[in-house]
Amino acid sequence: MSAAPVPDTLRAPLVVEFPFTRSLGPVQSAFLTGLRERTVLGVRAADGRVLVPPVEYDPETAAELRELVEVGATGTVTTWAWNPEPRAGQPLTTPFAWVLVRLDGADTTLLHALDAPGPDAVRTGMRVRVRWATERAGAITDIACFEPYESADVHGTRPHDGVFDDPVGGIVAPARLDYTYSPGRAQTGYLQALTERKTVGERCPSCTKVYVPPRGACPTCGVATTDRVEVGPRGTVTTFCIVNIKAKNLDIEVPYVYAHIALDGAGLALHGRIGGIPYDQVRMGLRVEPVWTEGSRYPDHYRHCGEPDADYDAYKELL
Amino acid sequence: MPDEPVAVVGIGQTKHVAARRDVSIAGLVREAAQRALEDAELTWTDVDAVVIGKAPDFFEGVMMPELYLADALGAVGKPMLRVHTAGSVGGSTALVAANLVSARVHRTVLTLAFEKQSESNAMWGLSLPVPFQQPLLAGAGGFFAPHVRAYMRRTGAPDTVGSLVAYKDRRNALKNPYAHLHEHDITLEKVQASPMLWDPIRYSETCPSSDGACAMVLTDRAGAGRSPRPPAWVHGGAMRSEPTLFAGKDFVSPQAGKDCAADVYRQAGITDPRREIDAVEMYVPFSWYEPMWLENLGFAEEGEGWKLTEAGVTELDGDLPVNPSGGVLSTNPIGASGMIRFAEAALQVRGQAGEHQVDGARRALGHAYGGGAQFFAMWLVGDRPPGA
Repeated sequence: MSAAPVPDTLRAPLVVEFPFTRSLGPVQSAFLTGLRERTVLGVRAADGRVLVPPVEYDPETAAELRELVEVGATGTVTTWAWNPEPRAGQPLTTPFAWVLVRLDGADTTLLHALDAPGPDAVRTGMRVRVRWATERAGAITDIACFEPYESADVHGTRPHDGVFDDPVGGIVAPARLDYTYSPGRAQTGYLQALTERKTVGERCPSCTKVYVPPRGACPTCGVATTDRVEVGPRGTVTTFCIVNIKAKNLDIEVPYVYAHIALDGAGLALHGRIGGIPYDQVRMGLRVEPVWTEGSRYPDHYRHCGEPDADYDAYKELL
Repeated sequence: MPDEPVAVVGIGQTKHVAARRDVSIAGLVREAAQRALEDAELTWTDVDAVVIGKAPDFFEGVMMPELYLADALGAVGKPMLRVHTAGSVGGSTALVAANLVSARVHRTVLTLAFEKQSESNAMWGLSLPVPFQQPLLAGAGGFFAPHVRAYMRRTGAPDTVGSLVAYKDRRNALKNPYAHLHEHDITLEKVQASPMLWDPIRYSETCPSSDGACAMVLTDRAGAGRSPRPPAWVHGGAMRSEPTLFAGKDFVSPQAGKDCAADVYRQAGITDPRREIDAVEMYVPFSWYEPMWLENLGFAEEGEGWKLTEAGVTELDGDLPVNPSGGVLSTNPIGASGMIRFAEAALQVRGQAGEHQVDGARRALGHAYGGGAQFFAMWLVGDRPPGA
């Protein structure tokens, strides 16, 4: 046992990204299909106001709203903010203004980008029009952006049944988050020990349980763990399942055994694959040891180490 | 001043299905909320606050979908809260709403939980590619299957018990028009012949992936007096948490679950749950969790839960029916699943459960858990006001 040094903690990018689908429902479907057809639709609220973009339910009365109207593709900027450094995924790659635009005929404003040469060219009250994207698919990006355009505010609407050929029923909304991840002091020490094929946990000074992997604190006692303790390398299979279906991102032949393994000296089990014996011969209590492969951070799998099975009472608290 | 009694006077669910492509998330929650209001014969203006719950954001994307649901739920100008406790969220959401009424903060509260699994990705949400960490080796059921094996080893339960639960719940679901799975040709042989996915869990012993929402209207004693249909009264409610992983954690029968049940029984004056409770809606995502929770919730001694299942006690016509609605095994919009348990318990004591009504149910337990057996939420509802 030795006091934990303070290593340089590891850091790495963590990208969380997934293309989520969204069903639109009747109102958003009409709105986005309309954009594809260069038609901007709003919805009439219970008090007669025209809401653009349209919503399904009245913000004042909660009533279901279904009366669609067509508004103009020209409008007035009601407020704005200059964006000097556009980021990836924003509507324009050159500096632009974020604007709230009240389209002619609408009583509410729409957030979008205004293509303007600089902040001096933008003012509240200026007249603008939609610049349509060349290729439109039924998405808010069918409006490429707004552009300055002098015209009279006609402020009229026309009834619209919202019916189009081949309506858009859903959209794909990609979500992406970029993090810098650090596993922290305790896990960094654990990971560094793994490079020497050693498994090092930390002991809680209060309950004396050894946490592997260590997390820097004991979740039961709420105190910092500081004493490093090497555990294993051998351990006991405490429970397991036989995996018969291939996971999407894993290149492991099925069936295989996924087990909870209590390394000797550890206060709780970690998870690993059991190899080297037929899957149907794996059992609770099996004594195992890690099998390492070149270039891998973790043991590739665990195999039977030849010792007789552990007694159930010896591991029943470590399932 | 004693707490205000809390009554459930309105319940609404959507017909749970694999994919509701015809509605937006707003349209889905609206449907359940509207049905709950209609059941209570109330309007949006009668609601003082809205408490909503859903699965973790990563399941449906990182856009906090509850933010844009205020219009659909008539919450504009009213307090709107979101509750966030993983799979147990439907239960804890209902309890937060109930607490607002019992503390006399609000008189009538709309509470709702939802999930569109067809537009989310639970597997991805639960297995972010965290740098330096070993990837999860087993998929969704692989997390649960070792705990089931541990239960079987501990109790000596025969390996057929899981299939009995699945067969019962799927038959119960046939009597529940809102249930997702309606397997009209289900047989015990089919359950037992279904593929073994994560041995010892078979395909037919796992929950489906559903789109659905559930809503309830909770109100005070005066509100209950105006209810057109019999209310369900909240006799006890509690939540407990513990870490997902710690040295000494008992995944088969977590301490937080035992403590939560004990608190609810104490509040409700229950000393013998097996005799005093008439129906249970418990969160059983994999069939073996029925016998496991029967022990954890005090309906059976440790090691004896499977014997109740095997003896038919938990069947719809048994003396402790469990999941008369068909349960999570038949319907699983994750974010809503806990609230469906709470709502189905309330339907039973209101006598409004239709074909899956347990005759003469006077006290029912609703149970939810989630986050790798980290969060527990339960309530006990009765057909009479507390103390009556």
